Amino acid sequence: MTTESLPFPGLRDVPAADAPQNRKEFTSDQEVRWCPGCGDYAVLAAVQGFLPDLGLKRENIVFVSGIGCSSRFPYYLDTYGMHSIHGRAPAIATGLATSRSDLSVWVVTGDGDALSIGGNHLIHALRRNVNMTILLFNNRIYGLTKGQYSPTSELGKVTKSTPMGSLDNPFNPVSLALGAEGTFVARTIDSDRRHLTSVLSAAAAHRGTALVEIYQNCPIFNDGAFDAIKDNDTKADAIIPLVHGEPVRFGTEGSKGVVRDPATGTLRVVDVAGPDNPDGEPAENLLVHDAHAEDPTTAFALSRLTDAGYLNQAPIGIFRQVDHPTYDDLAREQIQTAAAGETDTRQALAGLLNSGDTWTVV
Amino acid sequence: MTKQVKQLDRVIIRFAGDSGDGMQLTGDRFTQETATFGNDLSTLPNFPAEIRAPAGTLPGVSSFQVHFADHDILTPGDSPDVLVAMNPAALKANLGDIKPGASVIVDSHDFTTRNLNRAGYAENPLETDALDEYAVHAFDLTDMTVEAVKEFGLSRKDAGRAKNMFALGLLSWMYGRPTEPTITFLERRFAKAPDIRDANVTAFKAGWNFGETTEAFVVQYEIKPAPMESGTYRNITGNLALAYGLVAGSTQSGLPLFLGSYPITPASDILHELSKHKRFGVTTFQAEDEIAGVGAALGAAFGGALGVTTTSGPGIALKSETIGLGVMMELPLLVVDVQRGGPSTGLPTKTEQADLLQAMFGRNGEAPIPIVAPRSPADCFDAAVEATRIAVTYRTPVMLLSDGYLANGSEPWRIPETDDLPMIDPQFATEPNHTGAKGQEEFWPYLRDEDTLARPWAVPGTPGLEHRIGGLEKGDGHGNISYDPANHDLMVRTRQAKVERIADTIPPLEVDDPSGEADVLVLGWGSTYGPIGAAVRQVRKTGLHVAQAHLRHLNPFPKDLGDVLKRYDAVMVPEMNLGQLSMLLRARYLVDVVGYNHVRGLPLRAAELADAITDLVEATTSTGDPLGDADTAEKEAAR
Repeated sequence: MTTESLPFPGLRDVPAADAPQNRKEFTSDQEVRWCPGCGDYAVLAAVQGFLPDLGLKRENIVFVSGIGCSSRFPYYLDTYGMHSIHGRAPAIATGLATSRSDLSVWVVTGDGDALSIGGNHLIHALRRNVNMTILLFNNRIYGLTKGQYSPTSELGKVTKSTPMGSLDNPFNPVSLALGAEGTFVARTIDSDRRHLTSVLSAAAAHRGTALVEIYQNCPIFNDGAFDAIKDNDTKADAIIPLVHGEPVRFGTEGSKGVVRDPATGTLRVVDVAGPDNPDGEPAENLLVHDAHAEDPTTAFALSRLTDAGYLNQAPIGIFRQVDHPTYDDLAREQIQTAAAGETDTRQALAGLLNSGDTWTVV
Repeated sequence: MTKQVKQLDRVIIRFAGDSGDGMQLTGDRFTQETATFGNDLSTLPNFPAEIRAPAGTLPGVSSFQVHFADHDILTPGDSPDVLVAMNPAALKANLGDIKPGASVIVDSHDFTTRNLNRAGYAENPLETDALDEYAVHAFDLTDMTVEAVKEFGLSRKDAGRAKNMFALGLLSWMYGRPTEPTITFLERRFAKAPDIRDANVTAFKAGWNFGETTEAFVVQYEIKPAPMESGTYRNITGNLALAYGLVAGSTQSGLPLFLGSYPITPASDILHELSKHKRFGVTTFQAEDEIAGVGAALGAAFGGALGVTTTSGPGIALKSETIGLGVMMELPLLVVDVQRGGPSTGLPTKTEQADLLQAMFGRNGEAPIPIVAPRSPADCFDAAVEATRIAVTYRTPVMLLSDGYLANGSEPWRIPETDDLPMIDPQFATEPNHTGAKGQEEFWPYLRDEDTLARPWAVPGTPGLEHRIGGLEKGDGHGNISYDPANHDLMVRTRQAKVERIADTIPPLEVDDPSGEADVLVLGWGSTYGPIGAAVRQVRKTGLHVAQAHLRHLNPFPKDLGDVLKRYDAVMVPEMNLGQLSMLLRARYLVDVVGYNHVRGLPLRAAELADAITDLVEATTSTGDPLGDADTAEKEAAR
């Protein structure tokens, strides 16, 4: 794959590499310092494996992160990178992406970084639709500060800071992003390399802010949080795969599906009619996923099928992917319009300084 | 009738009225007329934080003071010679500032029982002896305006709104101001509303004609143009000059300007102004908050832009962590703090200089940043260019400390030739700068320039120089994360040394000591330049000797500052805070400076300061020790 062979509007202005690249070129000389078994390794491997396929000049790729375990990510990639401060990466990346259309800008963040301290910047980046891809590593716990509950931890979570159980309702990151009218909102899983790569590819191709929630296991402080969707025995019933244009159907042998409740307009999971279940919902009644729907309402309803407590059920895939003008493109357009015909900056500056009511003393 | 013409060398006029009376516009137009005429001038707008405080109340009073002269002046003046009061509240709120004998021109229209009560007057001061010591001229300006503009068919309320132009016309006649600029201005401003335009122009002319024909005024005043250095001039406020300075910093460095900002008084005008200049490649990003504003600017700086954020004190508090990140990553960043009264929300529309220590120390860890301060509205231009030079050359956040008085005050500005502006070379890194152990070419992001100690600025898109920076401590040279104790000690000292190196490029402190016999030095920074200069002149007129110097660079200080301080028996430091520069000077140079401190939200009063300087000069000359005998006795006892 190269930028030429794929319709990648998100990377339109980023120069293509002169020669094919490999994973090693994207790997920095820094020792990776995550805990053994951390889900971050899998995501790093997927990204290092996937970036060469984008076919971009390596020097035109920038990873910006905040603070937290996942935010060490940029150190391990041999691209340009900035490990910034807690929660602010989307704001920093907004300035970078707006001033440089020739860069592929990535933000790496976690559930605490993006949704607690940096919640404001996240929703405003989504609202503005700045051309960048945000990878939100969600392990539903604070790792780097050693095990406090996070804004995505289930209610009643017993941690070091909540010995009697946490009291606040968790965010559903996909619901939040759709509420901010994010133009590309997806969810994937650290351990499913193929799905992860396909979602990252679509996110990179998107022009505008792409938010990818990655379920990521923390083996030290929240081990097993995603077992139900990872375990071969349970995942068929736990994962609701979202594929554009396909009926939303899951479960062993497609025994379950999603339909719209005509009374309330919300979505619910039903048993699908089959040889063993003649009274079930006829397959033709299942909701057909439309990721390109302009209205985010159905995408939001799909996001609500995610368990807020222990994760026994979650839709996985691209919830929404629509084309809207991006803030950075529009900002650059205004400058181009204003600067049209401007050739001599020095002369223009003299004109500016001498504007208004002037008088001359001889 | 033939009027007498009287020569004056200077006049201070204050226009005061309700927030909705258009006093700022009136003052601004009078100022433009005065500037065009060629007087030297200085202005002080003073308005409430509320957009429309309840009409007729004291908190709703808005005023604009203009001082103009046939010679070089430094301040908007302590005490007005003429007060124009559009209602009882404006009279009451401002009467305390004017001296006996001053002229008070009043619109009597609003002196109704209701408005008098609102302003807290039990009786109408126009009908009692309350104003006997002033030369009071009370007219129903509103009725005269309504009468003058009735042909345009406006409602009585709309017609009455042109009373500010009537007052402007009257004052323009009294002081022989040119009328053309204001008529042109009104025609342009109200081009889309012909009846409003005509009413305002007519009211303005009617005010002028009233002055000429009424027997109430027998004297017209003349203030000759001030001699000024040859050149082209315009009147300019500090915020406008600062915005132009940033554009100039961008063109002189060739770096596109990226402003990340969140609206805050009194800094917002810089955002407004820069947003008009996209043709210079200026991006203005109105962020979701102060933190995002500086964050986006820093992100743009990483990409090779001139990153700027503009705010006031409360915003600096929020930006502190990001400024610290800029210190660690050693990227150019301009942080503009238009200081206002604090702490907390404080006095949003009033001036103060109490953010100096915040600028110096308001970050976690040892996080030194250079600090530059303009001394007058027009000087904001040069200060912004200088701040750009330092930020770009030394790869560091720079704090530019303006204040509310500089921001909104104005003065004539001799427009510089663009060829005379300094060139600023960003010197982007383009090549590897290090050979690795295996002979491979590498890029080390923290390998420093020997002279400046600045690190290379390699922007994304430069092949072969891919690198990672961030808030964690960096290893010397290679820039990888380092927790090594000796490395941290070295890096902390190096960042400090880099800021101190800037002093190599700062000119020696200019000391104004005309007689060479002064024992006392008055040292200031920022917007106190005007009041200090005026006070020093007053003291010298009495035959005393006093020296004056003013700091543009607060960090680092000019190299010779310590020597200068030690040359004088006493050093006075006037500030609009409780002694922040004093604290820095005492700590750094062990000099027992004498503070002169007021935090009233207004510029220092030159006359009061002159008294304090006189006292210090007399005490120093008589004893050689400004602290007096007690201190001498203590010193002796200590021996």
